[in-house]
Amino acid sequence: MARLNVNPTRMELKKLKARLNTAVRGHKLLKDKSDEMVRRFSSVIKENNRLRGEVERELSETLRQFSVARSVTPAYRAETAFSMPSVAVSAQCGVASVMGVEVPDIALVNEKRSDGLPYAYSEITSEADYSVAKASSLLPKMIELAQTEKTVRLLAAEIERNKRRVNALEYVMIPQLEETIKYIKSKLDENERAAVIRLMKVKNK
Amino acid sequence: MNGKLAIVGDGDSIMVFKAAGVATFPAENEVKAREVLRRIAKDYAVIFLTEELARPLTDFLKRFDEQPYPVVLSIPSKNGSTGYGTELLKSAMERALGVDILFNN
Repeated sequence: MARLNVNPTRMELKKLKARLNTAVRGHKLLKDKSDEMVRRFSSVIKENNRLRGEVERELSETLRQFSVARSVTPAYRAETAFSMPSVAVSAQCGVASVMGVEVPDIALVNEKRSDGLPYAYSEITSEADYSVAKASSLLPKMIELAQTEKTVRLLAAEIERNKRRVNALEYVMIPQLEETIKYIKSKLDENERAAVIRLMKVKNK
Repeated sequence: MNGKLAIVGDGDSIMVFKAAGVATFPAENEVKAREVLRRIAKDYAVIFLTEELARPLTDFLKRFDEQPYPVVLSIPSKNGSTGYGTELLKSAMERALGVDILFNN
């Protein structure tokens, strides 16, 4: 491992020792952070997997049901029936923090509705009603899935970055500092020995 | 902050969500979808995108991975799931942990 390019003086030695101390402490902290993030990540990803399975199954079913309902209605009538939605959903969006990573925190608001259907019952078959009802009941779950999935991605990126930092400290920074400290120490010792010998020689004359 | 929901996909798959109160943006191919996404990314907090459109746009969607919002979620369309969501999950897992803890294959 290459050593740093510094003058072998006591000043530098002191400085480097302080830096090494910081590096070791930082490495320990980052490693702990990484461990905890991995732990959280694995629980979030399991949750995500479960949710995705559920949402995909139910959503495919709903959409299939809806396309059946659509196919028995003329296209233009379906278009007009659905062109003006009677409700609008929105979401309360916040930012939560998981181990210092900013992740979205979403909750669905004003889900309440009178009847919820944008068309008259006579306009379209009842299968459509079911699928619309099902789609709106699926929305909270979909939002939850969106939130966990984003959390998974953000956490994954952060874990990767953190791992790089830990490795850089462990395999580059710390060995380099140790090597340099060793070098300066040996240089200083050498100088001291040289001084003693010089004194002895002078005294003998 | 109050965010809105949007869905991008082909006409048949998204119509039912229109009735449920989600803003719909029809896009029949990935070029159109990219355009739509670019336009609405600032205004909507959660954007659902059908898997057929999300798959070719994987690289484009990466740019949303850095900040919390907007959240882009791929969902199956009326043709059923293509397994794209699971693939994404897997790649995130491999990126973070280096091992597969869910599917074990």
